[in-house]
Amino acid sequence: MAALSSVAAKPASAAGSAPARGIHSRRRRRLNLFRYLIFIIFGLFFLLPMWALLRFSLEGKKQGSWSISGWKQIFTYKGPPALLSSIELTLGIAALTCVVMLLLVLPTMIWVRLRVRGFSRAFEFLCLLPLTIPAIVLVVGYAPIYNRIERVSVSGLTLFLAYAVLALPYVYRALAAGLGAIDVTTLSEAARSLGAGWGTVMARVIAPNMRQAILNALLLTVALVLGEFTIAYNLVYPTFQVALFEISRNTENPVVLFAASAGALLFTFCLLLALSFVGRRRRRAQLPISPPIQIGGPLGR
Amino acid sequence: VTAIANASAGPAGGTATGRARRRLPVAWAGTLPFLGYIGVLLLLPTGIILWNAFKNPDGAFTFSGITALGGSTVRTYFVGSFELAGITAAIGAVLGALLAYAVASGPLDGMMRRVYLSGSGVLAQFGGVTLAFAFLAAIGPTTGYLFHAGWYYDFPWGIAVLYCYFQIPLMVLVFLPAIDGLKVQWREAAENLGGSTWQYWRYVGGPVLMPAFLGATLLLFANGLSAYATIVAWENQISYIVPQQISISMISEVGLLNFNQADVLALGMVVMVAIVMTGYALLTRRAARWLR
Repeated sequence: MAALSSVAAKPASAAGSAPARGIHSRRRRRLNLFRYLIFIIFGLFFLLPMWALLRFSLEGKKQGSWSISGWKQIFTYKGPPALLSSIELTLGIAALTCVVMLLLVLPTMIWVRLRVRGFSRAFEFLCLLPLTIPAIVLVVGYAPIYNRIERVSVSGLTLFLAYAVLALPYVYRALAAGLGAIDVTTLSEAARSLGAGWGTVMARVIAPNMRQAILNALLLTVALVLGEFTIAYNLVYPTFQVALFEISRNTENPVVLFAASAGALLFTFCLLLALSFVGRRRRRAQLPISPPIQIGGPLGR
Repeated sequence: VTAIANASAGPAGGTATGRARRRLPVAWAGTLPFLGYIGVLLLLPTGIILWNAFKNPDGAFTFSGITALGGSTVRTYFVGSFELAGITAAIGAVLGALLAYAVASGPLDGMMRRVYLSGSGVLAQFGGVTLAFAFLAAIGPTTGYLFHAGWYYDFPWGIAVLYCYFQIPLMVLVFLPAIDGLKVQWREAAENLGGSTWQYWRYVGGPVLMPAFLGATLLLFANGLSAYATIVAWENQISYIVPQQISISMISEVGLLNFNQADVLALGMVVMVAIVMTGYALLTRRAARWLR
């Protein structure tokens, strides 16, 4: 048992480390010195602006005083533009985008894996394609399309149509990881031979087995919708980020601006941190915690 | 029994019986809703841009929009874009690689790794305009909490600091898997042969990581080219880079004024980003040779 755990602990000790002796312990010390130096320097670079944002959000009427009125104003700020309604709109869009992911992308993905294997390469290409088309380019093409859509509905909720495309690469990565981890063919054959229809196979056999991947995909979708600015701003829909921008134009440094910004960043951070804990119990410590999104890309901003 | 055979023949695809072949179109039909969605909301917008870029105000085909890309004003936007993306990609890649190495050489399940990766995810992908407000609060020329930076509104160095705030985290996200792929055995082998740390990095680690590093740098470059929200929140009166000008042309297109300028600029960006991303894909494939 002890031997087992020490073997298991080894890869966790460090990349490129060996038993701490002589030359190794010296290298280990140097490496640790380097690591903590790096963490402190970068930590300061990343945390100081966040700290300033937080400090500004807690400033009272007089400079240097403390107050939580900025955070309270998030719910009461009348604008222009009204902040709370923009948050409601953004959450609505996020919910609708998640519905598209669950009802369109997830079933298609399972279906391609089960029945149309020949399509999987092209499917992957299509799903990752939005990463290579910047949002600011896409929005130029969306303008005439949304002109048509506005004849039917002028609601900002229609943005979910575009956001589902933006979220597609992230969702694809998350779901592909989940699908790859289970034996889809055996599961579906077992279910089919017991008389299940394809709908039952997907909704009641395969989907429950990839709950974590689905949760990942949805969290990423929500984070993306909360942070999206480019498309909403250029199509003139008052989402959360657009409202923040307008407030910054209309009023000189209102407290609520910094409070809402800090709140949004904190919320997204917590979403992604939660995501890094999801599925940890099952896999134990064998796998390194991989980045929330392995493929980065020109998106969102 | 035939039902089971059919069901298993479908996914396997190899044993193409007559019935399975007849069922194939039905299986393909299952992808139609998705294809329709992608067609209308991804391919159609791209097609619209392409179509409009080669159109004159009367609707006839012309290259005049494209030749306008060579005009001196338009050129300044592209130069600005290249400057900003180039500077921030270079700085972001070097500093991000250092940070990625520091993260990778810690415990695989550690809190430091978790926090840095989640934080990187937020800053790299979902920051939007809020990042600009954070810097306004920290070093804004009149409001700065830390100090008042006179260079805050300078182009490209003032905005470059803000861009690094999402470029470095993006580098961490993209480059970390490559560093994780370095094998302990390589280091040990180098040591057994009497190699020093410097020699290990010069002859083993460096060359193995180089394609991944260059690929990630290209990705950062593409990211810098297409970023939009942060620079708008930073300064929206003057256009420095192409994305800003695309937005302005879109809003100010009235009748013949600025006709299809947004489409032409957008097409220019598509071409640039496509070239860069192709380089990224090629380098990533090259990197995968050792890091798997």
